Amino acid sequence: MISTTESPWVRRTLIGLALAFMALFLVLPLAAVFAEALRKGWDAYWAALQEPDAWSAIRLTLITAAIAVPMNLVFGVAAAWAIAKYEFRGKAFLTTLVDLPFSVSPVVAGLVYVLMFGAQGWFGPWLAAHDIKIVFAVPGIILATVFVTFPFIARELIPLMQAQGNDEEQAAIVLGATGWQTFWYVTLPNIKWGLLYGVILCNARAMGEFGAVSVVSGHIRGQTNTMPLHVEVLYNEYQSVAAFAVASLLALLALVTLLVKSVAEWRHEREVRAAAELPPERPHAPAAPSFPLPSKAAP
Amino acid sequence: MRRVLPGFNLTLGYTLLYLSLIVLIPLSALVFKTFTLSWEQFWAAVASPRVLASYRLTFGAALVAALVNLVFGLLVAWVLVRYSFPGKKIVDALVDLPFALPTAVAGIALTALLAGNGWVGQIFEPYGIQLAFNRTGVVIALIFIGLPFVVRTVQPVLEDTEKELEEAAMCLGATRLQTFGRVILPAILPALLTGFALAFARGIGEYGSVIFIAGNMPMVSEITPLIIIGKLEQYDYAGATAVAVVLLLFSFVLLLVINALQAWQRRRAGGVA
Repeated sequence: MISTTESPWVRRTLIGLALAFMALFLVLPLAAVFAEALRKGWDAYWAALQEPDAWSAIRLTLITAAIAVPMNLVFGVAAAWAIAKYEFRGKAFLTTLVDLPFSVSPVVAGLVYVLMFGAQGWFGPWLAAHDIKIVFAVPGIILATVFVTFPFIARELIPLMQAQGNDEEQAAIVLGATGWQTFWYVTLPNIKWGLLYGVILCNARAMGEFGAVSVVSGHIRGQTNTMPLHVEVLYNEYQSVAAFAVASLLALLALVTLLVKSVAEWRHEREVRAAAELPPERPHAPAAPSFPLPSKAAP
Repeated sequence: MRRVLPGFNLTLGYTLLYLSLIVLIPLSALVFKTFTLSWEQFWAAVASPRVLASYRLTFGAALVAALVNLVFGLLVAWVLVRYSFPGKKIVDALVDLPFALPTAVAGIALTALLAGNGWVGQIFEPYGIQLAFNRTGVVIALIFIGLPFVVRTVQPVLEDTEKELEEAAMCLGATRLQTFGRVILPAILPALLTGFALAFARGIGEYGSVIFIAGNMPMVSEITPLIIIGKLEQYDYAGATAVAVVLLLFSFVLLLVINALQAWQRRRAGGVA
């Protein structure tokens, strides 16, 4: 008999190998975070999280994400609209530029803002004269975070909106809707899961960014330390339980991110399948086959 | 062509403005700063023995890690697409963990695991094998960081490959291994190489997960991004910039390679369908 699968024992070996690799490289480190955080029991864990410095780090991280994510959200939607809905010269080049921050080392990303706004930078003297601090202060941290999370939402939306085409929007315009109405009532419902996925990944990276923020923060305890930087400080002071306690909050954030991401993906797949089962008068329901390919291709 | 949809000027204009302000102008500051250096100064900064050693480690470790991910990423993608087993959805979701977990957390967690007294490290300790605070640690951290890139690029392409081709190959008498080598592998090769290049590029720039586990000994286990940080801490802005430009140039080259690979993959997908 002809079959296009492997014999059972080959299959089991491959599954076993893949799961062992995943367990060793992904599950064990995750488990280690919580095990180390709880090494001295729950009391030590809670005490570590109630430190004022830990609190100020959590607050700064939340503020940073609350500013950086909406900025990149607006940009991501605008860029996806321009790139996916129109044809123009230099589109491929623009798409490459949008991806650029992904391939720049976070340390280099931090450095460029020091060169712009640092004491010896382009705007350094002017900023000093007007008593404005950007580098080694909160604005620099936000800027560096915006840079490293720049492509996330655009990257998620561009392939999705390209796959969906313009037909539904054009129909809305022909029927008399304004541009905003078209976006709000036609485009947004079609892209909502992709948008949510982009926002949640962008947020995870914004809260967890280390390299870029480390360069511009100046490491002033209780003032310019975000959660990942605070983890580093505690770890280097051999306060292992405290370091892993703060780290465990970030690990929980990562788990929530993965959960929301999976739910968004399942819901999207279900909607695509439901749309595919509709009768043929609606042939331009969300295009199923081409979406997963490019959207997953670049994280 | 007349554009029916409104908003082209607004969205493209905003995209270009925001891109310039956040990415292009700051990156150009890096290039302009480099031009304040003479050629000799530039060369002294980017080609001193300590910096050269860091390139060797950074590029070497990123290459080894990307190769490991090429093999195991393909394996994980294959298992997730072709087989069913209990807990598959959870495993699929977990693949993205390195994207979602902050790098500093990954760094201290891997260090805790692999240090001499850690869960994994103590197994190897009696045999005199050290996994943390050396180059091995750097490679392991980069394997962790790079895994999802290969899995997530190969997975959708593997889902789209046509079973009919495999059936034809089997009918013509190919063994399963031959079918894989001659039919499946060529179809997924562009995606596989894209994933490899993405993992490699990420590995070169990676900082957070590596510095905790590397031990950071000059000439031995010091990565290039750390060299930049070191120069900054000594207020050697020009030297830091010079090394950063080298990294940036390499990122550009890799970005072009990745673009070319993705174009190849799209042509391949278009040709089959």
